[in-house]
Amino acid sequence: MTVSVIRFGGSNCDRDAIRALDHLDIDAEIVWHEDGLPEGTEGIVLPGGFSYGDYLRAGAMAARSPIMEDVRAAAKSGTPVLGVCNGAQIGSESSLTAGAFTTNESARFQCEHVYLRVENADTPWTEDYEEGDVIEIPIAHGEGRFEITDDRLDDLRETDRVLFRYCDEEGNVTAEANPNGSKDNIAGILGEDDNVAVLMPHPERATLPDVGATDGQGVLQGFSAD
Amino acid sequence: MDTRGKSQVFLRTDVHVQPMTAYTATVTVRLKQGVLDPEAETTKQALERLGFELSELRSADRFEIDLDAQSAEDARERADEMAERLLANPTIHDYDVGVDER
Repeated sequence: MTVSVIRFGGSNCDRDAIRALDHLDIDAEIVWHEDGLPEGTEGIVLPGGFSYGDYLRAGAMAARSPIMEDVRAAAKSGTPVLGVCNGAQIGSESSLTAGAFTTNESARFQCEHVYLRVENADTPWTEDYEEGDVIEIPIAHGEGRFEITDDRLDDLRETDRVLFRYCDEEGNVTAEANPNGSKDNIAGILGEDDNVAVLMPHPERATLPDVGATDGQGVLQGFSAD
Repeated sequence: MDTRGKSQVFLRTDVHVQPMTAYTATVTVRLKQGVLDPEAETTKQALERLGFELSELRSADRFEIDLDAQSAEDARERADEMAERLLANPTIHDYDVGVDER
């Protein structure tokens, strides 16, 4: 499994992703977006950062980069694709996943640890967890408030494509535990198929034991070959 | 008599070229009604701190696009597509397009 971590101008979590994947013995390399998707790519990370300075809307410019056509085609053919933070914004801007991530309710950049409840453990990204598990993963974003039309939200729920909801330490999904005003406390969702996932929290920052909690490892295990 | 050269000249002048007109298309992108706008809310509060009285404040992005087109309708169609494909995000935005001769 070779995972391509796509670097856009302004990506800044690309190397974190490489180190985290390396720690899990998952082969990964950084790919400059202008070079196109390499042959033999078996997984794709859209990393965090501030691609194109968040101009227009976070993720809007990167989503229109030519490499995203390759990414959409790979996603369609079953290649695992994970969008983290800015990568989640790019994913939703390029219609890999439903909804949009926009300005936090606080109108501030927020960098803090949050708790997430695993809502669907029957996906490649969550099979290391149990449904209802509470995991601790950091967020760092100014535009992470998940917005979606009511009918598409119903559709997400009915098709069980909500991966994570913001919750308190005990797993209660409450307004107080919602750091950014996301609709229905949603922190991460699946695309049309299970092989595509986006989330605002940073699993790669909760993977290396040297820097603290390792609750994020399970998400990155979505790339492991088994 | 060989008249091919002449007829070519004649045909060339006969080609009907649609004149292009310079337009400015103005695309205004707003959050849909009901979508929270924290920046507008923060701006409203700042105005209130300055002593202004107001009941509501909405913000919008305006893009002014200079382009040459064969008709105002053509300019509008192109600006419309720009809004659809990049300037607005249909999940959270409404937009409108205005066209003026430049």
